Amino acid sequence: MLESRTLELEKVRADFPILKRLIRGKRLVYLDNAATTQKPKQVIDSLVDYYSRYNSNVHRSVHRLGEEATEAYEGARGKAARFIGCKPEEVVFTRGTTEAINLVRFAWGEASIKRGDLVVTTLMEHHSNIVPWQLLAKRTGAKLKFVGLNADGTLKMDEFEKLIGESPALFAVTQCSNVLGTINDVAKLCSVARRAGALTLIDAAQSVPHMPVDVAEVGCDFLAFSGHKMLGPTGIGVLFGRKALLELMEPFQGGGEMIREVFLDHATWNDVPFKFEAGTVNIADAIGLGVAMDYLSAIGMEKVREHEVKLLKYAFEVLSRVKGFVLYGPGVEKRGGIIAFNLADIHPHDLATILDGEGIAIRSGHHCAQPLAHWLDVAATSRASFYIYNSYDDVDRLEAGLQKARSVFRL
Amino acid sequence: MSGADIYKELILDYYRNPRNFGKLEDRDIEAHDTNPLCGDEITMQIKVGEGNKIEQIRYSGRGCAISQASSSMLTELAKGKPLEWVKQLSKEDILNMLGNPELGPSRIKCALLGMKVLKSGVYGYLGAKLEDDSD
Repeated sequence: MLESRTLELEKVRADFPILKRLIRGKRLVYLDNAATTQKPKQVIDSLVDYYSRYNSNVHRSVHRLGEEATEAYEGARGKAARFIGCKPEEVVFTRGTTEAINLVRFAWGEASIKRGDLVVTTLMEHHSNIVPWQLLAKRTGAKLKFVGLNADGTLKMDEFEKLIGESPALFAVTQCSNVLGTINDVAKLCSVARRAGALTLIDAAQSVPHMPVDVAEVGCDFLAFSGHKMLGPTGIGVLFGRKALLELMEPFQGGGEMIREVFLDHATWNDVPFKFEAGTVNIADAIGLGVAMDYLSAIGMEKVREHEVKLLKYAFEVLSRVKGFVLYGPGVEKRGGIIAFNLADIHPHDLATILDGEGIAIRSGHHCAQPLAHWLDVAATSRASFYIYNSYDDVDRLEAGLQKARSVFRL
Repeated sequence: MSGADIYKELILDYYRNPRNFGKLEDRDIEAHDTNPLCGDEITMQIKVGEGNKIEQIRYSGRGCAISQASSSMLTELAKGKPLEWVKQLSKEDILNMLGNPELGPSRIKCALLGMKVLKSGVYGYLGAKLEDDSD
């Protein structure tokens, strides 16, 4: 087990009921955290508690349950604001990162982007930070350009500066690649982009769960992340937007709650962030996300990052000893807790099937980043990704699994 | 049976030493498809001989051991058979051919990709022929 003075691993692991599961008689080794994380009992209990004790719609109900539910839901908004260092009214609850980015596409992009405008993103993005801009560009006649990558999977800064020199309307970038694990210096990128007059959007789906992120330090206009990748429930995420900007933007969806007054021929909009939260919101899961943030805050995000760096260093050492192991992406210092790799000529899906037989869950495929896979010139990669409950023993099990795969494939 | 047990000697042999891999210069049928989950891709080419029989057949592509071995084995089975035989092929036939590995719902698509491509090529050819005949 990982000896850590900073994070009490055994105590953390005991909070996650699913980690007690045996898969084919073996202790589950869950290394698919970049896809979704497991949930501590505190989060699971908060959902049961909400539905058992104070389930009610929020904001409009004046009865006791409605007041309790509203307080808990708005309390979760406050927790999210504190977690990333912004005002509560700058937190818009969404279904997740994808919906948050699409919200910006519709509520800002459709009104602001004109024919010939430029949107700049990068080659290391998840499809959720590419396809919305492709759709926007197609509809408006805007251009979409990509910053390329160096051989170690970091951004080509000369290309970035050249494209920013073309005065884009928006620069959208991930803080941490979901495949390569590359951590981008988003504060520096945002400062350059904003000086050139661009708005900035950060895909923080792989960063907010794993390291301290403060939107004021990043200096971005928008930042998006998902609850289910940080111990929270599925179906809830956050869009941060600078208040002045949110106020200027058009609504996203129309319906209840997002309005101030409705007449037969027009309507006026509610204040931010409610303007962007049409219909009955995802009350239970927002509350659950708040509890997940409490859990992470109690550990401390610096310690979460330290834990993952230790695991990364150990994994680099152990896995690189496996013959035929090919690692993609940068060194530990510039990398989140994500390891994309291939093993000799074994296809990632064959590898994932063999590891599954050993009770080890990894990801295999293009990881929703096909342009990046094309750049790597691989049809697919395998990906192991860490979180607070992973141990050195998990890395050892992965190594043993890779050795097993070699022997199955007669290597 | 699961995990490593799927990778029987037979499947590995065809993965490492594919039979009928490559392209046909002279062909009547060509079909291609991908499995977006794995990124597997398979192309099948057929030269149709007398009596609508499969005279020559080749496959090409890349992907996991299951998809590649399954496609290769299928070309061996198909060679010399009438096109009608392809229409009768079933999921069970393919699984039997592979030695009945226990494949989960996500991996069974890999096993069936070659058959899917073969069928789409043959149906396309027979359909076009039917139209020609009725002209």
